[in-house]
Amino acid sequence: MSQYHDPANVTNPEHAEHHIISPATYIAVFVTLLIFTGITVGAAYIDLGILNPIVALAIACFKAVIVILFFMHVKYQSRLVKLTVAAGFFTFLILITMTLTDYMSRAWGLW
Amino acid sequence: MDNVSVATQPHTHEEHHHVSLPQHRHHFETEEQQREAGTFGMWLFLLTEIMFFGGLFFAYLLYRNWYHDAFVAASNQLSIPLGAANTAVLISSGFFMALGVWAAEVRKKGLLVLFLVITTVLGFIFLGVKYVEYHEKWEKHHIPGAHFDISEFVNPQAYGLKEQPLAPDMAAKTQIFFSLYFAMTGMHALHMIIGIGLLVWLTWRSYRGEFSAGYVAPIEYFGLYWHFVDIVWIFLFPLLYLINRHPGQ
Repeated sequence: MSQYHDPANVTNPEHAEHHIISPATYIAVFVTLLIFTGITVGAAYIDLGILNPIVALAIACFKAVIVILFFMHVKYQSRLVKLTVAAGFFTFLILITMTLTDYMSRAWGLW
Repeated sequence: MDNVSVATQPHTHEEHHHVSLPQHRHHFETEEQQREAGTFGMWLFLLTEIMFFGGLFFAYLLYRNWYHDAFVAASNQLSIPLGAANTAVLISSGFFMALGVWAAEVRKKGLLVLFLVITTVLGFIFLGVKYVEYHEKWEKHHIPGAHFDISEFVNPQAYGLKEQPLAPDMAAKTQIFFSLYFAMTGMHALHMIIGIGLLVWLTWRSYRGEFSAGYVAPIEYFGLYWHFVDIVWIFLFPLLYLINRHPGQ
């Protein structure tokens, strides 16, 4: 990057190379997603009691994370982009938690 | 166009030592900076989408807790084979979209067009299956409103269902499940329809060779959108189709 006029080192502070993800990685992610889709369907037919929704959501979160990291290239992006993505989901969790706290405390004992 | 301004005022751009590609806007110092700014902007848009769908997901969470029995009975009306098949279709669509980004980056025009076409076709298959599912709900009067029919939930044995019968007031709450079902899958389908429209446009531009000479940004940013729509479905499928099953009963 030295050929650019960049005294404050702002244009590419992490010197992140543009990374081209190979089709082999995409195929591995694709197969993993299909396998976990099968697992989540299978788990729905097994009575796990209170764990059924937890398992289903855990698998969904895992699938979403590998889509974000690999299909959406976030694993190879700069820290700014990673922080943006994380901040978005974190804010969403805050909103859910605070709204739920309100609803639960208004019907105490009924949840 | 910045190359026009370069041609007419060559000396004002002396600080830009590098040779600009046509897609490189002059207000970005480097290609990497332009790429990062674009990715950042696209993600900010996707964050607003998270909040948009997030409201629907929260409504689902709340009403599922309030009217759990109605949600169990109504959720069991959905077809797991159709939902699972559609999940596979959508994941495949996302996979070919990812391959499309790769094809653009390695400048293979034919493969890029092919992958975008496959992505589009799989998107249409998803919407077709969704139409079949919606049509079944229409025929059974399970679309919320004046013609909603609660008889299957009040007297499931008469319809050969193994569900627990619901009291009429709880059975009426199945409308809330179906309202959320149509709102969430409908909003998801609307995003897919918009995405397919963009795909057709991008396929046409790819066919003209616009994205196989080093300029991949529109393909890459559209890919982010398409994968986001995938992620929404990855959560909708278990929440709507799966987690209310009670196999032991």
